Amino acid sequence: MRNMIAVLSGALFGIGLYIADMTNTVKVQGFLDFFGSWDPTLAFVMGGAIIPMAVAWALTRNRKPLIGGEFPARPEAKFDRRLIVGAILFGMGWGLVGLCPGPALASLSYGGIGGLVFLVAMLSGMLIAPKVSALLDSKP
Amino acid sequence: MIEVEWIWGLIGGLIIGCGGAVYLLGNGRIMGASGIIGGLVDGTGRNAWVERVSFIAALVLAPALLIYFSGRPAETNLTDNWVLIVVAGLLVGVGTRVGNGCTSGHGVCGISRLSPRGIVATLVYIFAGAVMVVALRSMMGGL
Repeated sequence: MRNMIAVLSGALFGIGLYIADMTNTVKVQGFLDFFGSWDPTLAFVMGGAIIPMAVAWALTRNRKPLIGGEFPARPEAKFDRRLIVGAILFGMGWGLVGLCPGPALASLSYGGIGGLVFLVAMLSGMLIAPKVSALLDSKP
Repeated sequence: MIEVEWIWGLIGGLIIGCGGAVYLLGNGRIMGASGIIGGLVDGTGRNAWVERVSFIAALVLAPALLIYFSGRPAETNLTDNWVLIVVAGLLVGVGTRVGNGCTSGHGVCGISRLSPRGIVATLVYIFAGAVMVVALRSMMGGL
């Protein structure tokens, strides 16, 4: 059951990214190009995705997930160094080539060698991330 | 076709949001791409590895099947500069795990529950990305 739900969710995510053309790096970099010829598509994708998610969050009240357990607790509004530095590093990489983790996976079948190299580099980055987090925590 | 692109963006976005809603209401989890795959890479998500692999397999295969049956190919238009690709991949990998989220987790799932962390992270990575695009254009004379 749990794995079937994951398949359905992953498939919807992939289909949505394809239909919205969000695996096209030109569209993503075009959105980030606020001082050039700005492409608003990504804003519509974000806005569209937030609508069903907001409904879903509303439905979590006084309920339990279908498979049991608990819904994820609301995180504290804590803006630590990890959150800010992590978001800056991620944004830099995102702007450089126009790929983020979801589209990098969704485009695997047609992204060519470049897409594969990006994915391997991304997974390597994820592997060294705990060390970077520890370094950030160790600084006063 | 250019003037209707935002409609496809909106429709695609609604479908992405439905994917997140299914994952949340069904499994009680946040549909964040970096969290789902990152947990497999560093071992923190070993407990739910089949669920994670199922999600990723569907995420990869669904667009592939859609392209196969619709006959409408997709294009990533990724740069052919290998240095940029590797550096960007490393930054995205490190950044999403250190910051605990990417466009789907912080952006879609975080903003929709008005999570202050999600909203702040999204503003920060969009700002950093925009700065990078400006820097790219001034250094390389184009994207």
